[in-house]
Amino acid sequence: MATPVPPPPRDPITFALVGNPNCGKTTVFNCLTGMRQKVGNYPGVTVEKKTGQFFSLHGEPMQLTDLPGAYSLTPRSPDEAITRDVLLGRRSDTPRPDRVVCVIDASNLERNLFLVTQVLDLGLPTIVVLNMTDLAREKGLVIDSEALALELGVPVIPCQAHQKIGITELRQAMGRQTLSPPDRKWRLPEGLESAVLRIQACLINEHKVDPSASFASALNLLSESPEKRSSSCPKCNSFLNTADTLLKEEERSSHEAIVGARYDFAQAVCERIIQRSRPEDALDLSDRLDAVFTHPVWGWVAFFSAMGLMFFSIFTLATYPMEWVDQMFGLLSSWVSATLPKGDLTDLLTDGVIAGVGGVLVFLPQILILFFFIGMLEDTGYMARAAFIMDRVMSRVGLHGKSFIPLLSSYACAIPGIMATRTIENPKDRLVTILVAPLMSCSARLPVYALLIAALFPSETVPALAKAGIMMGLYAIGTMGAFGFAALFRKTIMRGESSLFMMELPPYRLPSLRAVIIQMFNRSKLFVRRAGTVILGLSILLWFLTAYPKSGSESASVQLETSYAGRAGKLIEPLIKPLGFDWKIGIGLIGSFAAREVFVSTMSIVYNVEDDQDTVVPLRQNMLKEKWPDGRMVYTPLTCVSLLLFYVIALQCVSTIAVVRRETNSWKWPLFQLGYLTATAYLVSWAVFQSGHALGY
Amino acid sequence: MSATQKLSELKIGAEARIHGFAPEFREAGRLREMGLLPGTKVQLVRWAPLGDPLEIKIRGYHLSLRKHEADSIEVLVPTA
Repeated sequence: MATPVPPPPRDPITFALVGNPNCGKTTVFNCLTGMRQKVGNYPGVTVEKKTGQFFSLHGEPMQLTDLPGAYSLTPRSPDEAITRDVLLGRRSDTPRPDRVVCVIDASNLERNLFLVTQVLDLGLPTIVVLNMTDLAREKGLVIDSEALALELGVPVIPCQAHQKIGITELRQAMGRQTLSPPDRKWRLPEGLESAVLRIQACLINEHKVDPSASFASALNLLSESPEKRSSSCPKCNSFLNTADTLLKEEERSSHEAIVGARYDFAQAVCERIIQRSRPEDALDLSDRLDAVFTHPVWGWVAFFSAMGLMFFSIFTLATYPMEWVDQMFGLLSSWVSATLPKGDLTDLLTDGVIAGVGGVLVFLPQILILFFFIGMLEDTGYMARAAFIMDRVMSRVGLHGKSFIPLLSSYACAIPGIMATRTIENPKDRLVTILVAPLMSCSARLPVYALLIAALFPSETVPALAKAGIMMGLYAIGTMGAFGFAALFRKTIMRGESSLFMMELPPYRLPSLRAVIIQMFNRSKLFVRRAGTVILGLSILLWFLTAYPKSGSESASVQLETSYAGRAGKLIEPLIKPLGFDWKIGIGLIGSFAAREVFVSTMSIVYNVEDDQDTVVPLRQNMLKEKWPDGRMVYTPLTCVSLLLFYVIALQCVSTIAVVRRETNSWKWPLFQLGYLTATAYLVSWAVFQSGHALGY
Repeated sequence: MSATQKLSELKIGAEARIHGFAPEFREAGRLREMGLLPGTKVQLVRWAPLGDPLEIKIRGYHLSLRKHEADSIEVLVPTA
């Protein structure tokens, strides 16, 4: 077949980056574009869209879009659908790329070449990046990349993206003025091949299909089941019938025949271009490491050590930078109130804007550490092993092994946790994971837990052991609640065939610190932007609710009582009284929707301000002095327990709602989530308080 | 001579060749695209510590499947 000469590419040349998951595609992307990346979303779906600018060796600007990893262009997940649609130019938001860079894993060539045959069928000028050649060498594979280029009919650039080896050569190849579209090198079995070629000819001549992608279109037609075929052309249909008859004789589906032919080609190519320096079944380093990491004893030791280290870092190492952030905002706040004249604007800046933004950014160190660890676990290949050994536990409640890390991340913050569910292919598995993720106690609950646990004990200091015990109990209740609800949803609203659990266990490799850090910053940027904007807006709203209408009184407590927030607290008091809460706790509950830890600061306003003297009595003591109008204590141990349980379960987090809305692309699920968690929290607190009350506590 | 059995019935470390999928198995298409085609050599590498899922080696890479899925994959085992 003669190759048509492509028109000179537009300026800048646009590239799409495709490849299997785990082939090092993102590393190649980072090497080419560095920090000049734009991370966003494809409109309408939840798939991340990453584009980056870079320059060819001659200084010409080029644009690269990183497409989601795919095993095949027959999509089976939303991610893979995006990859196919962009490559076919079917998405209005992303123009069809001029050229394709296809990254393949040299240590796993056969399966990667399957995707290559599909990509080459699209008829776009393509460059193949033979990545991880070092890993292949470790496995005893010597690959002749020049022979591979001849076999495929496209340039092949050997590369070790982790060490930035081969990147210059890649940029040089990408900047070439002309790059011919590939010729198809693989063939279907004889009879089928000629039938498909006739369909292709008919498509080109009669239906004016673009010749470069016409073979792929012909295959598509054949792949569809006879009833669904879109063609009404009698010529096409007669050739399709010939093909169907052939397949029937062989007792194969068209899918089987096409996939089989692609793999036969891939296998034959591998046999010709790979030399083995070791027998195929020799154990490599990955096999030896797996013998430890999936061992019935050592596997768990390694697993719990890794998780322990991660949480230790999040909850201890992060406290120092968190304090700095806190102090910085404190200083900024005092500077503003000292510099600006007293008034509403200053109050808005200090109590609304600075306190609101500070309240979110204080969690940034934890988020950064969390993303750093997740990045390391992913980059080394251990993440798949964690999912492998945890899958049995997760499948018991209808979740996927891959749900484990998102749920674990939610202990730090539900937002990155929910964002991490993107690796779960099955939409139902993913949705269930998202729905239960907020039940994992996030770090914003910690200050609330600490305050309420302190209020549980009459003594000044809480025994460390008791505190740790209660804390663990609260985490356990949340976790069991998450598992319980997951099982419930799986049996009710998310019924149906549990998905295919198909997970690759990639070879272990040394992580690239650079790649991990770039990813950490990209993900954290999203957290700050998404959570920051919502919380900022809400903090200003909350400030307004507590500052207006003006009472005219000097006393802050009177101001609070007469404010909209105070009125709202009083309004909901009849509703929350059966749980043991008064209207002041009500204000705290409302304030918590900005971020749960706001409860503590709201309570400080509610109680410290009642003390007209300048000495600040510890919040806890003031809370314990609080009485109902009839003289009973408000903060009895029973109320504290009821309130603690409420905080364990309830979804009091606007940022989570906003993120779920983005990730599920509808209001239905965040509202459902808000509803079921609030109802459960209410019922549990009510049951505990009422039965405790009846028992005389 | 060889006999067919389920992939999940292979002994750890044993090798066999893929024969086909159970007719009611809905995910055969995806597994085919991962290279599980009739005649392909497959090795059962290990079971996870809690007894599920399992790990196979196929076409030079490692893949994890649940027992439920491995039950629907038939393999040909050479008999002595």
